[in-house]
Amino acid sequence: MTSLTRRLFTASTLALGLGFSASAYAADIELRFYYPVAVGGPITKIIDEYAAGFEKDNPGIKIKPVYAGDYVQTIGKALTAVKGGDAPELAILLAADITSLVDEDAVVPVDDVIKTPADKAWVEGFYPAFMENAKLKDKTYAIPFQRSTPVLYWNKEMFKAAGLDPDKGPKDWNEMRDFAKKLTKKDASGAVTQWGIEIPSDGNSLWLFTGLTTGNGVRINNAEGTKVNFADPKVVEALQYWYDLSKVDGAQPAGLINWGTTPRDFIEGRTAMMWHTTGNLTNVKNNAKFPFGIGFLPGKTQFGAPTGGGNFYFFKGMSAEKQAAALAFVKYMTTPERAADWSTKTGYVATQPAAYETPAMKAYAADFPAAIIARDQLKYAVPEMTVHENQRVTKLANDAIQAVMTGAKPADAALKDAQAEAERVLKDFN
Amino acid sequence: MNTLRLSLYGWLMVLPAATLLALFTHIPVVESFVHSFMSTDKPKRPSRFVGLDNYDSLVADPIFWKALTNNLIYALGSVPLSIAIAMMMALFVNDKSAGRSFLRVAYFTPTILPMIAVANIWIFFFTPDYGLLEQILKPLGLGGNNFLGSNNTALLAVTIVAIWKESGFFMIFYLAALQQISPDLKEAAAIEGAGRFTFFRRVTFPLLMPTTLFVMVNALINAFRVVDHIFVMTGGGPNNATSVLLFRIYEVGFKYFDFGLASAMTVVLLCVLGFVALGQFFALDRKVHYQ
Repeated sequence: MTSLTRRLFTASTLALGLGFSASAYAADIELRFYYPVAVGGPITKIIDEYAAGFEKDNPGIKIKPVYAGDYVQTIGKALTAVKGGDAPELAILLAADITSLVDEDAVVPVDDVIKTPADKAWVEGFYPAFMENAKLKDKTYAIPFQRSTPVLYWNKEMFKAAGLDPDKGPKDWNEMRDFAKKLTKKDASGAVTQWGIEIPSDGNSLWLFTGLTTGNGVRINNAEGTKVNFADPKVVEALQYWYDLSKVDGAQPAGLINWGTTPRDFIEGRTAMMWHTTGNLTNVKNNAKFPFGIGFLPGKTQFGAPTGGGNFYFFKGMSAEKQAAALAFVKYMTTPERAADWSTKTGYVATQPAAYETPAMKAYAADFPAAIIARDQLKYAVPEMTVHENQRVTKLANDAIQAVMTGAKPADAALKDAQAEAERVLKDFN
Repeated sequence: MNTLRLSLYGWLMVLPAATLLALFTHIPVVESFVHSFMSTDKPKRPSRFVGLDNYDSLVADPIFWKALTNNLIYALGSVPLSIAIAMMMALFVNDKSAGRSFLRVAYFTPTILPMIAVANIWIFFFTPDYGLLEQILKPLGLGGNNFLGSNNTALLAVTIVAIWKESGFFMIFYLAALQQISPDLKEAAAIEGAGRFTFFRRVTFPLLMPTTLFVMVNALINAFRVVDHIFVMTGGGPNNATSVLLFRIYEVGFKYFDFGLASAMTVVLLCVLGFVALGQFFALDRKVHYQ
């Protein structure tokens, strides 16, 4: 940014700052916190309630939640604010954006914010599957908050009609393929009236694909976030399997399957099975007029699923006093009780084992056992791809997957091209 | 002294508008131009002059070429059709037929709707299996399409949405122009025994040319500028089949935070738009009959 824009930025920030300090009490600490909305439901209202609850318990600290769009827009606004010298104190951003935030030198490690052994124990209380991409080079940079993982949904009525056990989902790739073929129905003219399975493939195709690769026993990136593994034969095999569900088995619609309309296809009985995020549990539960089952994503050699969603990040440039206040707020937002409340209201997976021991969560699980499946699957979960230049490399993978799913390129060639291009993008980090 | 005061007065009058234009249009344009020769500012590698490096990477980027080609197809597909439809609709509702106000409103409705809402409506039209288009095509034995999800049809689908959205807006300009055409001409033509089609070809159409030029410039600029529905409907997919220049600039600038490359692309986009406008004015101006 040139000096002129920087000066303009500073001038407007100063003007804004003066406005705020005049209206607020001088002694108050104000924390601005950017957050995205990525799932349905009254997210903004819940966040505002939590913030109000915290302010009541902690006089002297003001929380200013700023709804900033989807994940991409939120990190865009946060990083622009950082460059303008006006960073927020806290933000919820994609867990996988950790590399971008560290490379942009925008965030402070959590290790520098926490002070006491109790704080340390708190950080260690989260599920390891969620902490894996909250760390980079032995430092922790994030606290899990709204985390999700995909699961398999199936329509029990359709299972019964096809002669399958309605209480058992497919356990591996072969079974999933067999079930899907049996569940596909055609009318007299040969047009499909009911699909066996839908695994959404548009938009961020890589997320669900990571479920397939993990189920085939292969990791798509290294822990340092400097290398990807797109051209591995097992990755190619996973993509071929996904494509063949449409092309060879005719049990999945051809072309790209839309992420947004898939839950509706399931609810309306257009598809017997789907892979989708647990973030849609509440939606399906409220709208499906048939009993449905939830299960682990079937794998070839093992179970496997990606985790996704957002974490809390602490931004650079806070005074020690503000850091303490920010830490207090993040702790408040992640207590087992609040995690349980957040999980039951949204469908996000609660981020720590302790949350599942709370009375509220136990009552919810007793009423709706499917909610526990996502937690149990965490044992097999891996973080979604987290590498340097993450958005750029993710886009390479998405393009390759989409080229294959639309029949434009064979799986091995598409993934080989993506690998070569990704290595070029990542060469500065190796 | 008097002229000096007058011109000072004039400058003061345009000052507010000029300031805003400079602040939000001219300075950013100049900055984009400067940034396109600089590397992207990173904490460990501050921005420095890199000459034509950004343009070199641009030329080497297949997605940039894909986006440019897509954008040209999108423009060539949407501009002539939306203009033709706009003209036809205007002629149709210009007659004194019953219910013409209702028709005018109906034709204009797509223009009032926000593009994001339009995109969501059209997503439903294009949905496989139970979307509106599928429900029409299925009984005809033409079902089984995945309009937004296949390489061959996705760009066509977003182009259709643009045509649908823009036609009503351009109709308003034609309607205004038609009201300006003197009824005497129609009477004179009738006395000479000219048919409706001849009258349109020899009188109405030439008299509409200034409007057509104006509309065409706007339509072409919009074809590079109004791409909101692509974000909602396809996100540039499948495999960049619907990625256009502006979409790609957003992706590179605000997803990859590669401002150098995004600035270079912005300069290319500005040049394209500049040439479009200049070319049209010089090439077509001579053929336009101004009253």
